[in-house]
Amino acid sequence: MTSVLSDTALIFGRYARQSLRSKVQMLFGVLMPLLYLLFFGPLLTKLPLASEGSSWQVLVPGLLLQLALFGASFCGFAILLEKQYGVVERMRVTPVSRLALLLGRVLRDTVLLTFQAGLLVLVALVMGLRAPLGGILIGFAFVAATAVALSSLSYALALKVSSPQEFGPVVNAATMPTMLLSGLMLPMALAPGWLDVLSRFMPLRHLVDGVRAAYVGDYTGTPVLYGALTAAGLAAVAAAVCTRAFRRAAA
Amino acid sequence: MQFFSGSVFLSGMAVITASGLTRTFTAHRGTVEAVRGIDLAVGHGEILGLLGPNGAGKTTTLRMLTTLLAPTGGSATVAGCDLVRDPAGVRRATGYVAQSGGVDPNISVREELVTQGRLYRLPKARAAARAGELAHDLGLEGLLDRPCAALSGGQRRRLDIAMGLLHRPAVLFLDEPTTGLDPGSRAALWELVRRLRADFGTTVVLTTHHLDEADALADRLVVVDNGVVAAEGTPRALKTAYAGSPDASLQDAFLAITGRGPAPADTTPVAV
Repeated sequence: MTSVLSDTALIFGRYARQSLRSKVQMLFGVLMPLLYLLFFGPLLTKLPLASEGSSWQVLVPGLLLQLALFGASFCGFAILLEKQYGVVERMRVTPVSRLALLLGRVLRDTVLLTFQAGLLVLVALVMGLRAPLGGILIGFAFVAATAVALSSLSYALALKVSSPQEFGPVVNAATMPTMLLSGLMLPMALAPGWLDVLSRFMPLRHLVDGVRAAYVGDYTGTPVLYGALTAAGLAAVAAAVCTRAFRRAAA
Repeated sequence: MQFFSGSVFLSGMAVITASGLTRTFTAHRGTVEAVRGIDLAVGHGEILGLLGPNGAGKTTTLRMLTTLLAPTGGSATVAGCDLVRDPAGVRRATGYVAQSGGVDPNISVREELVTQGRLYRLPKARAAARAGELAHDLGLEGLLDRPCAALSGGQRRRLDIAMGLLHRPAVLFLDEPTTGLDPGSRAALWELVRRLRADFGTTVVLTTHHLDEADALADRLVVVDNGVVAAEGTPRALKTAYAGSPDASLQDAFLAITGRGPAPADTTPVAV
């Protein structure tokens, strides 16, 4: 267990330094949600999107989960590059823990995405978002859980496929419908009945509803509870699937 | 057919043993038997050359012995550790230099070397010291703080080899170590391999398409063809048996054993 922790710290350090060297990478991930915030957010300020709170309290949680969805789902690209460089194989012939090879990477992605989420909230606060600190922290926790789950799944997929040409379309095919069906941009309460029912099968819907509730200070209602359960379940299932894939591919 | 010499591998100190080692790949179009029951015994401090035409099963054998691929049959031990039951033990005792290398072009030479040492559980200071020693031994001293992408092909290959030596492995696997190197760099690498054996008793298994290299460097050769050992012995013994004279070329012996020439090695010199 000690070796898994120290190996995870070693792998995390390697990839964290890589991120710190690439300032562009750190900011680029937050660019898309930031553009939505700047150019889409102002359109919503006068619309009655939620029964309570402002439009910012509806939009920002959606953008946070969107950041986690897209940022984490494409993490696997890095491992595809490393496979081409021979780095994955080089690490596999060392005695380093197989689990740490995954956890170190996922931890780096989670820290990076949570940092980007922090930047996004700071900009949103400047633009007019007002939300309780507890709600904001719950939002970061849900972003982190989503990042753990989706980056794990992304790495598992990247280990299975042999090229970016195979990886990209699969991730695109999964992320776009997820974004639309989860009500990340606009709340699903506005949707017709069939779409609302369909969206309830999307785990991200429960996460974003939870963060939206937390952003208006409702911490004890069912949305935050369902969101927390979904986040924990998603992260646990994804980590289990990915650990299995990693152990098999890197036995 | 086997031609043993009086080298260390007869002394009962086999560092690598393989018995009926087999690897079958299953694909949509059917199964491919890449390695069909290889037996090996490599002694402490021996330099073994693994030869064979492309697709003969050399790299698959090496990948099994380094735990990158699980065997589908047979058994093997490396440094006393069973490949399947104790892969971590095998990994601790071995170094592997893959044909295509394995460094991230965006990371500095020093960081790659130190990280590799730490992946082998060396303390940070020890890993840094070993990085310095190897950079000195392999002519990479002035390059430690450059990104790997800035190295020439020859420098990159020397870095790959340094990465395999950080933890002073008891067994070193080299897959086509001199491909792309100019003659001077090749000679320097041969010298390094000999020194590793002389100074540390390192056992070296290398694959190569350069038959002159195999002839000059290896104590013993194993020629693999169609996934099985086609011939085995010292270079001199193989030349005598298959080409009629100890002074014949290894190329002639190789042709006689496999019925075809080795795949052409990449002889493009790389500036170092």
